[in-house]
Amino acid sequence: MKWEVVTPLIVFLILIFIAGLWASRNMNKSNSFLQEYFLGGRELGGFILAMTMMATYGSASSFIGGPGAAYTQGLGWVLLAMSQVVTGYFVLMVLGKKFAIIARQYQAVTLIDFLKERYQSKWVVLLSAISIIVFLFSSMAAQWVGGARLIESLTGLSYTSALFVFVVSVMFYVIIGGFRAVAVTDAIQGAVMFIGTLILLIAVIIAGGGIPNIIQDLAAENPNLIRPYGFDGGLTPLYVSSFWVLVGVGVVGLPQVTVRAMSYKNSKAMHRAIIIGTIVVGFIMLGMHLIGVFARPILPGIEIGDKVMPMIALEVLPPWLAGIVLAAPMAAIMSTVDSLLLLVSSAVVKDVYINYIKPDASESVIKKMSFGVTTILGILVFLMALSPPDLIIWLNLFSFGGLEAAFIWPVVLGLYWAKGNKFGAIASMLVGTGSYIIIYTYFPDPFGMHTVVLPVSFSLIVFVAVSLLTGKKMLHSI
Amino acid sequence: MDKKTNQKDPRFKIAEKEAWIGVGLVLINFIWWFGFAYGMGSKPADEYQYIFGLPAWFFYSCVAGFVIMCILVIFAVKFFFREVPFDEEMKGGAPKK
Repeated sequence: MKWEVVTPLIVFLILIFIAGLWASRNMNKSNSFLQEYFLGGRELGGFILAMTMMATYGSASSFIGGPGAAYTQGLGWVLLAMSQVVTGYFVLMVLGKKFAIIARQYQAVTLIDFLKERYQSKWVVLLSAISIIVFLFSSMAAQWVGGARLIESLTGLSYTSALFVFVVSVMFYVIIGGFRAVAVTDAIQGAVMFIGTLILLIAVIIAGGGIPNIIQDLAAENPNLIRPYGFDGGLTPLYVSSFWVLVGVGVVGLPQVTVRAMSYKNSKAMHRAIIIGTIVVGFIMLGMHLIGVFARPILPGIEIGDKVMPMIALEVLPPWLAGIVLAAPMAAIMSTVDSLLLLVSSAVVKDVYINYIKPDASESVIKKMSFGVTTILGILVFLMALSPPDLIIWLNLFSFGGLEAAFIWPVVLGLYWAKGNKFGAIASMLVGTGSYIIIYTYFPDPFGMHTVVLPVSFSLIVFVAVSLLTGKKMLHSI
Repeated sequence: MDKKTNQKDPRFKIAEKEAWIGVGLVLINFIWWFGFAYGMGSKPADEYQYIFGLPAWFFYSCVAGFVIMCILVIFAVKFFFREVPFDEEMKGGAPKK
C-alpha cells in the first residue's frame, strides 16, 4: 500500500464523516421530518446549491471515463464534453422560480409529489416511482462498482473490502443526516473536485513542456487529435451536437437533479447558484477532459481508458499531492451515489409507502421507515455490487437517457403548459422510456445522432398530442 | 392554492421570462460553440492558427466560449433576474417559517 497516496484519501474520508455528523446535528427540529430528511428543509444557500447540483451530476464518467475517452479521441472529445456547461445554468433557469413556488404550494418533498399534485393521477405516481427505483437503483450499483474499483486500484485493498469501505462511508452520513448531510458533503466533495482538477491540469501542462509543445506532439502523432472530428474522423458534427440533448438540456429531466431545484431557500440563493454552477461545471469539464488529452504525449500507449486519470496523476505529481487529486474522482462518485441513495429511499418511503400503503403513518413511524429503508437499500446495493447481476448492468444502460426521456416533458410542460394532463404525462413517460430501450437495443444511434434524441422528441409529440386529444374529450363530457 | 390564482400570480410572469432567457442563452451557447468549432476547425490541421498554443477553433469554441457564457450568465442574472418571495402566498396553508 502506498501510504503517501492513501493518507490524503483517509483524511478526505474523515473530513466527510465530520461534515456529515455536523449536518445531522444541525437538522432543523421545527420542520417536519420528511421535509428535513429528504429536502433539507428547503434551506440551501447559493454556494451549497451550486455545488450539490454540480457534484450530483458530475459522476465517475466526468472524472474517469471522460478523460479516458478524451485521451483516445483528442480535442474533439473535449468539444463534446463542453456541451455540459449548459447544465450549470439551464436547469435552474428553466425550472426556476416557478418550480420553487409551486413545489412550496404543493408542499412537495419529492419530484413525484409535484407530479402527483400536478396531474392528480395514481398511475403517474406509480410509473414515476417504479422508473426512479428501478433505474436509479441500478445506476447506483454501477457507480459503487466504479468507486470500489478506484479504491482497489489506489490502495491495493481487495475489491470486497474496498466496496465495504466505500459503502460504509456513504451510508453513514446519508442515513444519519439525510439531504442536509448529502448537500453539505457534496459541497466539500465539489470543492475537492474543483481543486483536484486545477492542480492536475497545471501539473500536466508543466510535465508536457507547456501547451504549444503538447499540441505539437499530438499533431505529430496524429493530426486528427487536434481536429474536432475525433482520432479517426468518426465524431461527426451531428453526433457531437446530439450530446447537447443527452448531457446538456436533457439533464432537466433527471430526478436527482430536478429535486435540487426545489431545495433552495430564496431567489438570491438561486441567482448565486446559477453563476457559481456555470463557472464550476465549465471549469471542471474543460479541465478534466483537457487533462485526458494532454496526458497522451506524456504517457503514451495506455490501453484502458479508465486508467488514464489515476496513472497520469501518479506520474506527474508527488505521491501526497496525487492522493489529494485522486480524492476528486472518489468525491465525484460519492456525491452522486449519496444523492441517488436518498432519492430512491424517498421514492419508497414518501411516494409509495405514505401515498398508498399507510397515509396516516405517524412522525415516529416515518422516521424509522426512512432510516430503515435507506439502510436496507444501501445493503441491497452493496450485495448487488459484490457481483453485479446482468439485469442491473442492463438496466444501468438506460438509467440516464431513459429517465430523461421519461421525465423531461411531464416536468417542464407540467410547469408551463396548463393544457398538459395526466393522459399526456402517462403516454409520454411510457413512450419516452420504451422507445429509448428499443432504439438503444435494436437501432443504436439512428441517423448518426445519439440514441437519446428520438425518444425525447417522441415523448414531446406524444405528450402534446395526447393532452390535446383527451383534453377536448374531457371538455365534452362536462 | 387553486389553479386560478396560480395563473394570475405575477411571480409566474417573471419565472416564465427567466425560463425563456435560459433557452435563449442555450441557443447563443450552441451557435458560438458550433460555429467556431466547425467553422474554423474543418481546415486541415497544418493550416491551423494557434492561440496560447491551442488550435484557434478550440480556443474560441471551448475556452473563449466558456468565458463568454459565464459573462452572459452573470449579466443576465444581475440585470434581468428579479428577486421574488417564494412563501408569501401561502395563506391558510402551512404556517410560515
